[in-house]
Amino acid sequence: MNSGILVTALVFWAAAWFANNRLARLQLAGGPAAQTVNLLIPTLFGVTLIVLWEGITVGFNIPSVLLPSPSMIWERITSSVDILWADFYQTFMKAVLAGYAMGCASGFVAAIIVDRVPFLRKGLLPIGNLVAALPVIGIAPIMVMWFGFDWHSKAAVVVVMTFFPMLVNTVAGLGASGAMERDLMRTHASNYWQTLMKLRIPAAMPFIFNALKINSTLALIGAIVAEFFGTPIVGMGFRISTEVGRMNIDMVWAEIFVAALAGSLSYGLLALLERAVTFWHPSYRS
Amino acid sequence: MQQRRGISSFFFDRLLPVGTVVAFLLVLWYGFAMLLNAPFERDQAARANAEISTSQLIQNTLSQDRPVLPAPHQVADEIWKTTALKKITSKRSLVYHGWITISSTLLGFAMGTALGILLAVLIVHSRVLDKSLMPWIITSQTIPILAIAPMIIVVLNAVNISGLLPKALISAYLSFFPVAVGMVKGLRSPDLMHLDLMRTYNASRSQVFWKLRWPSAVPFLFTSMKVAVAISLVGAIVGELPTGAVAGLGARLLTGSYYGQTIQIWSALIAAAVVAAVLVTLVDLVSRIVMKRMGMVR
Repeated sequence: MNSGILVTALVFWAAAWFANNRLARLQLAGGPAAQTVNLLIPTLFGVTLIVLWEGITVGFNIPSVLLPSPSMIWERITSSVDILWADFYQTFMKAVLAGYAMGCASGFVAAIIVDRVPFLRKGLLPIGNLVAALPVIGIAPIMVMWFGFDWHSKAAVVVVMTFFPMLVNTVAGLGASGAMERDLMRTHASNYWQTLMKLRIPAAMPFIFNALKINSTLALIGAIVAEFFGTPIVGMGFRISTEVGRMNIDMVWAEIFVAALAGSLSYGLLALLERAVTFWHPSYRS
Repeated sequence: MQQRRGISSFFFDRLLPVGTVVAFLLVLWYGFAMLLNAPFERDQAARANAEISTSQLIQNTLSQDRPVLPAPHQVADEIWKTTALKKITSKRSLVYHGWITISSTLLGFAMGTALGILLAVLIVHSRVLDKSLMPWIITSQTIPILAIAPMIIVVLNAVNISGLLPKALISAYLSFFPVAVGMVKGLRSPDLMHLDLMRTYNASRSQVFWKLRWPSAVPFLFTSMKVAVAISLVGAIVGELPTGAVAGLGARLLTGSYYGQTIQIWSALIAAAVVAAVLVTLVDLVSRIVMKRMGMVR
C-alpha cells in the first residue's frame, strides 16, 4: 500500500471541498467574475474526482485489470493515438455522422408530412411514442445481417434510433406556435408554406434542437453497440469488446475517453448552434 | 373540427387511425419479407434447374427456416411456441429469458430512481452540490455509457460479483439521470408565493420539503420514471450481451445473431417491445392512481 499518495489525494479533496464551499457562498453580481466562478466550481469538482481516483487506485494498489489509474489511461491515450483515430474515424465519421444526418432529416420530413395530415398524426404519433420507448438497440443484429459488417449497418441502426425522437419532437414543436401568431400570418394572407417557413419551423426550433441533442448521444451509443454484433477489425465498439476480452482495460478506458470527448463536443456544438438559431427564445434573453 | 365523444371518439380518433397505420405496416412487412427472401428461393430453384411459379415462390418466401426477414406470422408462431407451449423453467422458453431481463431491469430501476431522488434532494438543498454536481450529471449522459456496459460486467465478474447485480447497476446508471434532472426541476417547481407562505408559518426545512416540495414534485417524478423504466430495460438488455450469452432477452438476440436464427431475433425483439410497453404502462397506471389520490388529476 502506498499511503503517501492516498493521503495527498485525501488532503486535496478536503482542500477542494473547502474551496468550493467558499466559492459557492460568494455573492457575485454577475458579469465575467460570476461566470468564471460558475465554471471554476464544476472544474474543481472534476479535478478532485480524478485526483481521488488516482489516489485510490495507486494508494490501494488496485490491479489495473479492475480499474486503471487516470495517469495510466492518459499514457495509453498518448501512446496509441493512431489506433484511436482509426477507430474514431470508422465509428464516428462514417457510421454516426451518416446515420445521424439521415435519421434526423427523415424524421423531420416525416414530421412535416404527419403534421399536414391529421389522420396520420392520430395514427402514427401513438406508435412513434411507443417506439421511442422501445429498446430499439435490439435491431442491431438484424441490421448487421442485412447491411453487412461495415459501417453501413451501424448507420442503419443509427437512422432507426434517431428517427423517432426527431419525429415526436418536431411534431410537438410544429404545434408550439401560438394561435395569435397564426392568426397574424392569416391576416397577412400567407399560405401554408409561408406560415410553415416563417413562423412554425422557427417556433419549433427549441424542440428540434432538443431532439438533435438527444439524438447525438443516442447515435454514438447505437453505433458502438451495433459493433458488438459484428464489424471489420476497426471501430470503437470492436476495440472495446476485444480489449475487454484481452483484459487491456486501460485501452477500453482510452476509447471511453474518446467517446466521451466526442459526445461532449458534439453536444456543446449543438448547444452553441441552438443559441445562435433560437436567440429569440426566453431562456436565452437576459 | 367537430368534437366526438365517448366510444365514437375512441373509434375515430384512436382505433381507426392507429389500426390503419398498423395494418399498413403489416402489409409493408409482408411485402418486404417476400422481396428480401425471394433471391434465396430463386437461387435454390436455379440450382435445382426447376422453374418456380410465382405463387409457389411467394409461399416459399413466407415459410423459410432462416429467412432474411421473417414474416409476421412466423414470428407470432415462434413466440407462441416459446411462451405458451414451453414450460417456463425451460431454457428455450421466452418467459424464462424475459423474466431474467425484467428482474434486473426492475432492480436497476429501483436503485436508479432512489439514487436520482437522493441526488436531487441534495442538489436542491446544497448550493455547493448544485454548482459542482449538476454540470457533471449532465456531462455524464453525453458519455455513451451503454458502450462500456460490457466492461463493467466483465470487471465485476472478475471480483466475483455476477448474476443480477452488474446488469442492474448498468440499468441504475442509465435511469438515475432522468429521475435526478426531473426531480430537481420538480422540487424547485413550487411557486415563490407558496414558499413564502411556508416561511410565514415558520416551517422548518424538512416541513417545507415534506409538505410542499415533495408533493409538487410528484408529477415530475412519474414523468421521469416513465423515461427511466424504458431506458433501464435497454440497459439490462445490453448488459446481457457480454456475459457469454447465458440468459435473458439480450442473450437471445446475441445467440440468434451468431447462428443466423432470424426468427429467434425477431421474437426476442418483439418480446422486448412488449415488456417495454407493459412496464411503461404500469408506471403510467400507478401515476394515475397516485395523482387521483393526491387530487392532482389533470
